[in-house]
Amino acid sequence: MSDPRYIIGIDLGTTHCAMAMALLPTGDDAKDTSPAVTAFPVPQLVTQSGMESRPLLPSCLYFAHASEGALALPWDKERTFAVGEYARTRGAESPTRVVASAKSWLSHTGIDRRGPVLPLGAPEDVEKISPVEASFRYLEHLGEAWDRDVAKGDKSLQLAAQEVVITVPASFDAGARELTAEAAAAAGIEHLTLLEEPQAALYAWIDARGDKWRKEVKVGDVILVVDVGGGTTDFSAIAAVDSGGSLELARVAVGDHILLGGDNMDLALAHVAARKLEEQGKEVDRWQMVGLTFACRVAKEALLNDASLASYPLSIAARGGKLIGGGLRTEITREELVATVIDGYFPVVEASARPAVRPRGGLTQAGLPYAQDAAVTRHLASFLGRQADAIAKVAGASPTTSGTLLHPTAIVFNGGVMKSPALRERIVSTLDAWLVADGAAPVRVLEGSDLDLAVARGAVSYGLVRHGRGLRIRGGTARAYYVGIESPAPAVPGVEPPVSALCVAPFGMEEGTNVDLPAHELYVVVGEKVRFRFFGSSVRRADVAGTELHRWKKDELAELAPIEVTLPAGARAEGDVVPVHLHAAITEVGTLRLEAVPTTALVAEERWKLELNVRGEV
Amino acid sequence: MPPDLPFLTRAWFAFACFFRVLVSGTFAGSVWRLQEAQPVPPPPAPAPVPLPAAPVAATPDPALQLLALLQREGRFVDFLEQDVASFSDADVGAAARVVHDGCRRALRSHTKLSPLRTEEEGARVTIAEGFAPDEVKLTGNVQGKAPFTGVLRHRGWRARDLVLPTMVKAYDATILAPAEVEL
Repeated sequence: MSDPRYIIGIDLGTTHCAMAMALLPTGDDAKDTSPAVTAFPVPQLVTQSGMESRPLLPSCLYFAHASEGALALPWDKERTFAVGEYARTRGAESPTRVVASAKSWLSHTGIDRRGPVLPLGAPEDVEKISPVEASFRYLEHLGEAWDRDVAKGDKSLQLAAQEVVITVPASFDAGARELTAEAAAAAGIEHLTLLEEPQAALYAWIDARGDKWRKEVKVGDVILVVDVGGGTTDFSAIAAVDSGGSLELARVAVGDHILLGGDNMDLALAHVAARKLEEQGKEVDRWQMVGLTFACRVAKEALLNDASLASYPLSIAARGGKLIGGGLRTEITREELVATVIDGYFPVVEASARPAVRPRGGLTQAGLPYAQDAAVTRHLASFLGRQADAIAKVAGASPTTSGTLLHPTAIVFNGGVMKSPALRERIVSTLDAWLVADGAAPVRVLEGSDLDLAVARGAVSYGLVRHGRGLRIRGGTARAYYVGIESPAPAVPGVEPPVSALCVAPFGMEEGTNVDLPAHELYVVVGEKVRFRFFGSSVRRADVAGTELHRWKKDELAELAPIEVTLPAGARAEGDVVPVHLHAAITEVGTLRLEAVPTTALVAEERWKLELNVRGEV
Repeated sequence: MPPDLPFLTRAWFAFACFFRVLVSGTFAGSVWRLQEAQPVPPPPAPAPVPLPAAPVAATPDPALQLLALLQREGRFVDFLEQDVASFSDADVGAAARVVHDGCRRALRSHTKLSPLRTEEEGARVTIAEGFAPDEVKLTGNVQGKAPFTGVLRHRGWRARDLVLPTMVKAYDATILAPAEVEL
């Protein structure tokens, strides 16, 4: 195995992937210089037989029908599936053969994420794949593209042999992170690190500002990262703290996983336009709806970027060769844009507002758990409210006046949606109103990085930081993890037995660390699968391994997919009950590793790995 | 090769060869090789035409490829092939938006278009001596010598870095758009 020569950053996005790279610093390089970070344009099929290199790779996978022949790539002439732009366009024409939003499925605990479920409703000739395999296919494509354009046959330069940083939403729990690492392992990546996307966005900002960033961020600052992409919304807070006289950055809070993004907004506008057309007695078919959605995205961007436009015309061609006369014509007015996108997704709300939660209907189809409240600002209010005390216990943080919400002093935007000045302005003005009402100063906006590629570039910057080039954001795990223990109690019909939560991994565990065994013993039966309920908390910072909670506030703990362990018979007799402790470690990759360690080991180093990501009972 | 020659012709040919061998080294060399029963080396193959850096073999017909691109993104061929006379301006205008939006996106993502002159149209400009005639076309009362002074009527266009999709497998460039059948 040869030493890596490059650092590669991969933004494995819900709607698009992007990749950036830098040469690894060598011993000869001066310590204070950092290699330049460049984007890697990804070759991909754009038509059935034509290939182009583009900055973004749409996260779509298309399975060709046998009649289509191969979807050849220069490195594989026989391929029967396509990743990227051609897959995206085929998704509009033949949706049941296309996998999209695989990443959202990766964090969906209601399904078996290693089971073949995608594409939903696929015809019989399509061999369905798991969300993990879909993620692997995107990584595989990026790797093949890299090997063709950079490695060019040199094995030591292949992507799999380089240092790779893959970004994941800060809101991914331990299970979804583990599955991402599995996809990377399947792609053969040897040196992997996971990084939270909002942190990557901040690294990219620091890189884009060069040395000037230290003038813009001071000890005591709390930087809020608002990342609204095509499919997901992600919040993080990063504090600038004092560490022995020098500035240090610490990620202090992350938000929940919110499936809400730019694609939802385009679709909402398309429904507004379709309703107007239907009122005129015109019918909009499925194919035209796709065109309408695309046209609405163009209209949304035009209206958001140019405040002088009163409306933007939409023209949707008929599908046949007769272009003139057969199409649909309407417009999106500024009032509709304001009502649908600005006030619909970014309403001016009070700091005390919280996202509405509707009870789900009894007959819900298998589908993604999209956010039930479309208001990004309400989700933001909820995040800041829940995390009001986030920096109170962070070493070196300036004491803040206690308020009803976390007080950010600066804000960094990320994600395609946030390219719009009007939407940034709405978030800033809403946030400022909350802060002033809570006795704090308004925020400063930290500008200056390309929002489409920032995460991939930031991932490379992080890779360089790990080699001593720049300042590292401290953070550790964004959650504390708990195992559910049923307390012995007489059965009462209709009442669930009380459950207590035993902390096995505390908040803020750093990569490459592990915690002592909690004293509490659990019992497993040899030869049988034993399941435990599993919980995470993004707010309980004080619990240590072994803390047992008998009661907690409703939104403090969130139930995750259960965990499972099977003790092989081996040295022990089948059916024996073995007392074990649970031991947690955070691997160098950044994933959580839970092991059951027997109280009395029969052989040295006797321990069994607990499986995360077991499918929950729905 | 000519067939066997009659004696008189051979006598004349031998005489002619005698003098040509004397005066022409090249001819002498040819006859020498013939005499040694060695075939004359073939004339050197024409020097290969230098290929552009782009993989030309993969793009058999850039013009058709561009047309297919404009059709795919902006329904360009559909628009030109339909008779516009029977439709109202509003209908044609609506279709033009589809074509304009799509073709512009296609062009901008595959080439860099820029005007040749940076001045505003209508501005007075001076064209110095030694200007490139394919960049600047003189119109109106054209006479005399450079420098010329006149009014900029059109700024001109230049396309840089046209990058078309690389064709990965054999394909028929004459198909600008496939027929579509919905099942």
